[in-house]
Amino acid sequence: MPSTYAQPHYAYRPSPQAEATHPVVVVGAGLVGLTVALDLAQRGIDVVVLDDDDTVSFGSRAICFAKRTLEIFSRLGLGEAMLAKGVQWNTGRVFAGVREIWHFDLQPEPGHAHPAFVNLQQYYVEEWLVAACEATGRVDIRWKHRVSAIDPREDGAVLSVDTPDGAVTLQAGWLLACDGARSFIRESLGLPFVGQVFRDRFLIADVVMQAPFPPERWFWFDPPFHPGGSVLLHRQADDVWRIDFQLGWDADPEAEKQPERVRARVQAMLDMAVAPGIAFELEWVSVYTFRCRRLERFRHDRVIFLGDAAHQVSPFGARGGNGGVQDADNLAWKLAAVLRGEAPEALIDSYDAERIPAADENISHSTRSTDFITPKTKAAHAIRDAVLDLAARHAFARPLVNSGRLSRPAVLTGSPLSTQDDWDGGVPPGAPAQDAPVQRDGAPDWLLAHLGGDFTLLAFDPPAAIEGAVVVSSNPAPGAFWDSEGQAFARYAAGPGSVVLIRPDQHVAARFRAYDPEAVAAARSRALGA
Amino acid sequence: MTHLDLSPRIDDPDRLYAALVEAHEGLDEAASLRLQARIILLLANHIGSTATVCAAIDEARRFG
Ligand SMILES: Cc1cc2nc3c(=O)[nH]c(=O)nc-3n(C[C@H](O)[C@H](O)[C@H](O)COP(=O)(O)OP(=O)(O)OC[C@H]3O[C@@H](n4cnc5c(N)ncnc54)[C@H](O)[C@@H]3O)c2cc1C
Repeated sequence: MPSTYAQPHYAYRPSPQAEATHPVVVVGAGLVGLTVALDLAQRGIDVVVLDDDDTVSFGSRAICFAKRTLEIFSRLGLGEAMLAKGVQWNTGRVFAGVREIWHFDLQPEPGHAHPAFVNLQQYYVEEWLVAACEATGRVDIRWKHRVSAIDPREDGAVLSVDTPDGAVTLQAGWLLACDGARSFIRESLGLPFVGQVFRDRFLIADVVMQAPFPPERWFWFDPPFHPGGSVLLHRQADDVWRIDFQLGWDADPEAEKQPERVRARVQAMLDMAVAPGIAFELEWVSVYTFRCRRLERFRHDRVIFLGDAAHQVSPFGARGGNGGVQDADNLAWKLAAVLRGEAPEALIDSYDAERIPAADENISHSTRSTDFITPKTKAAHAIRDAVLDLAARHAFARPLVNSGRLSRPAVLTGSPLSTQDDWDGGVPPGAPAQDAPVQRDGAPDWLLAHLGGDFTLLAFDPPAAIEGAVVVSSNPAPGAFWDSEGQAFARYAAGPGSVVLIRPDQHVAARFRAYDPEAVAAARSRALGA
Repeated sequence: MTHLDLSPRIDDPDRLYAALVEAHEGLDEAASLRLQARIILLLANHIGSTATVCAAIDEARRFG
């Protein structure tokens, strides 16, 4: 039982017996379901969220939230809280035995509002999402509502839901299945969820301690305190530390979870890696096996899968939650535009076109990392160990060391919503907009905070005023964002007169060397699926 | 450079063969595999082209 966190329990409220059709029903008040509900609500859409439980995520789950996720949560109003409470970090170190063989800095250049990562327990994020959802007045979260049957229809879905007061029926125009890796909706629609299981087990121990240790990600291969396996150490909020021991396939999960056994393991590790005799308390222990797999398609008419229900990865690389939040970011504005009658229903197909390649990228990276950490054959083991041998002595072998390639935002290359161009460099169509330090009317600010929400036209030194545009100027000018360090022009490869059309999810839709209202309007309707 | 040069190029074939075999002297199977892997990685870096190494892998796998 966590000692640093008091689990909230939310009140169950009975559902009415007969209700009109809800435009959107989200199944699962987890990280992804709450994010998509909040995003939709902030776009003026009423959402019902059903969850079988009455609380937030329990125990050790996601801790690493990537820069892109922080940007999305900043757009939704939670960014500051996450930065304030979370542990910010940019650097990872990898050891073979006790020797450091490789380190990486995930954010080598300054001039971004957000760090590469913050570490924060998933339950905090979910708790704040619940509060933010409630504050919109548009999200109706129904706790202790377990979906027990689904009948998909052409114009939506009918759900049977078990509640403490018995079964109720709900009708949804759109059903967003955010019910996690064991998705009931996926299973009841009989959709195959294919991929691979890794024959390995990992012990996750969260411990509370006061440690003089830097906010970095440390990863050991074959350390003397855990011979033959790997170990990962990471700091979270509240002086909680995540320690992850690779146990191997033959380990007995029940025996490994015994507190005495875990304490002995942890003490041996901390004595050597952190400080001899350091005191700690066990906060939470669990044993996991990992898989990488996905649904063939995420959209099935009016039923759309997001997050772990759609795709699952191993945690090396922190791509599960971060990938799911990007699903929500991608879908919310599209569904809102369709529901408001501003875009054809076909726009929703672009969710598959954009997020399936993104899921494949996450699966590929996390599979490769897991294959490095858990080699499948003797030959694979020999190649892995050879890389570690050589990396200790030669720089060339260090980039081959793979302890997890940490989550990067998806660049929606080849998206049907993008207008292609022949620019050299900058932020290409499909990529998320880049941040830059700017100043407006003397006050320091960040460019990204003013992009997204709706379509935004970003105009660099426009020769004439453009209505509604966000203006970046190379010299201070009233109302404009002065590119005081030259980073905005440089990052966007912009010249005077350039304009960039940004989508509501902050991804670039189109770029032009000069403003042409017709070309911008055409790019906008293309981005709306017209 | 994806071209894999299969023309005869080895300057001292008998010495090369002997060196490849002798390198494994006194090693058990696991250590041999690991040594072999180190040699491959060193040569791969020397070649510097993943595509060329992949062409060599394809050629090597043709023998079943
Ligand atoms: C050990 C570990 C470490 C991880 N570390 C990271 C990390 O550092 N960074 C990262 O990004 N990701 C990480 N992940 C992955 C991350 O936790 C998941 O990707 C994330 O929780 C997925 O969110 P979700 O909303 O899709 O699913 P979930 O969080 O699983 O939520 C699903 C929700 O649906 C509800 N539900 C299920 N069935 C029904 C039903 N029939 N009716 C109603 N409600 C239902 C459940 O109660 C739950 O609330 C980690 C995972 C593990 C296990």
